[in-house]
Amino acid sequence: MSGTAVRIGAEPGRLARVVILSVVGLVFLIPIAAMVEFTFRIGLAGKHTVSHWTDLTNPAKADLYSNLVTAIGNSLTLAVVTVAIVLVILLPTMILVEIRFARLRRVLEFVCIIPITVPAIVLVVGLAPIYGVVVTVFGGDIWTLAFAYGITVLPYAYRAIQSNLGAIDVATLSEAARSLGAGWGNVLWHVLLPNLRRGILAASFISVAVVLGEFTIASLLNRVNLQTALLQLSQSDAYAAVIFALLALGVVFLLLLIIGRVSSSRPGTPRSAS
Amino acid sequence: MTVANAPTLVANLEAPTPAREPSSSVRRRGRGMVAMLGLTPFAAYVLLFLLLPTLIALATGFFTGKGAFTLGNLAALFTPTILMTFFSSFWVSALTAVLGAVIGALVCYALLGTKSSGALRTVIDSASSVLAQFGGVMLAFAFIATIGIQGVVTTLLKTQFGINIYANGVWLYQVPGLVLPYLYFQVPLMIITFMPALEGLKSQWAEANATLGGTKFSYWTRIAAPVLAPSFFGSLLLLFANAFSSYATAAALISQGSQIVPLQIRSALISETVLGRENMAGALALGMVVVMIVVMTGYSLLQSRTARWQR
Repeated sequence: MSGTAVRIGAEPGRLARVVILSVVGLVFLIPIAAMVEFTFRIGLAGKHTVSHWTDLTNPAKADLYSNLVTAIGNSLTLAVVTVAIVLVILLPTMILVEIRFARLRRVLEFVCIIPITVPAIVLVVGLAPIYGVVVTVFGGDIWTLAFAYGITVLPYAYRAIQSNLGAIDVATLSEAARSLGAGWGNVLWHVLLPNLRRGILAASFISVAVVLGEFTIASLLNRVNLQTALLQLSQSDAYAAVIFALLALGVVFLLLLIIGRVSSSRPGTPRSAS
Repeated sequence: MTVANAPTLVANLEAPTPAREPSSSVRRRGRGMVAMLGLTPFAAYVLLFLLLPTLIALATGFFTGKGAFTLGNLAALFTPTILMTFFSSFWVSALTAVLGAVIGALVCYALLGTKSSGALRTVIDSASSVLAQFGGVMLAFAFIATIGIQGVVTTLLKTQFGINIYANGVWLYQVPGLVLPYLYFQVPLMIITFMPALEGLKSQWAEANATLGGTKFSYWTRIAAPVLAPSFFGSLLLLFANAFSSYATAAALISQGSQIVPLQIRSALISETVLGRENMAGALALGMVVVMIVVMTGYSLLQSRTARWQR
């Protein structure tokens, strides 16, 4: 059941929980609060104004921000395509290896953690000639950058799915469902995926966050995304850049919050009719 | 019983592969071929966008700008300037990985027993996902606004408590200034990656511990710690790698010089020459990858030990 708490029988006391969470939470709020304060400042005098915020709707400044609006659209497209790559290419492979090719599990893990040993700034040197080919095949649209981002998120998505996959006994679950007459489609859809929901969700969360925060590959391949556009804007209008950074942060936070709420309110078990 | 509850009732042991019946082996082999085909999209993708670019990137260090083979770039890695940047990268990554892992694990522990679909967990999950990648430009802004020379905390400490955090010079734009910003993405990343492992602990283990007269302390030290160790150190290494390869934050904060390896690679890529050499980026990349391979080998040895224990 999705609504109940996981009980392991060794939970922290109420006091310990409140102390740990509030101390860490408060420390992490300080930089955000400082950014908010900065957007109301007038120079270094310590006085405050709302003009940096009202400037956002100022038609005279619209041109300054249009590049950023495009960049936000680009980053959202990239996030969607990257999550699709994780769910369509990585997830089925991981389940297949778990069920049919147990000996390949170490190989798959090894491949998936290669992007840790090969950071984005290393990868980008080799990606440049490859994107020369990609552009001739798929065109120069921004979504093609998701091919590189799918690799960047690989270790994180893999770990998220694998810690879920390792905690459930996929072989026994699917054998049980198969012996009860379920086809592989049913096994996947009604048995494995509901059990893997947390891992899939965590993998998607972290993929979206990685893509929206990505700077290195986009900037060195001369593509426009949220981060490169923010850096560009900060050089002409630091206040606007911080405001947009905060807004982006807030929107992404809300987006992930909604995804989290929706998926946890969805019934976690197959309906009795099916 | 529902299907979603089933895993908690199934022991988390690696089931031995059931013996194949000889009569069905031909049919199984046929289906095995079909199943093999299922692996090809992933294989092709990884080959094209991971292995190929990696080989291209690492190979460039062995060639001069004119395309002749050289070992000069590799030799240049051992000059004091470059060695110092590797040392800086290493200590910042190690420090923030250890601190991030410990603080993150504490938060995960504090979240145990809370409803996974409750408001608290949903907010923390979402916030962690965002903050784990709050990197680059935004992170630099946040910390300049907080502990910059005119930052909120800097000013507050100076006027209210008479403490000048920059009494010995401004360190925010130096390598030590990276520690706090890096922790700001390390702790949330730890929460995201470690929480599923902590939730994988079985209530039966705690019950068995209690039945046998164990205390909460003995549960954590004798049962939970060994079980969680591979996940913990796996996450810790993820954090180390994350900091070691992080570049945008440093690029935005440190405008003078190239004190860490990724900044050194950037200047090699942009200016084409570091130490007066072409294709130095390839050699630096190779050096970086070598450090990571050493770390990951240690991780893999550690994990196979723990995996043996778990069986």
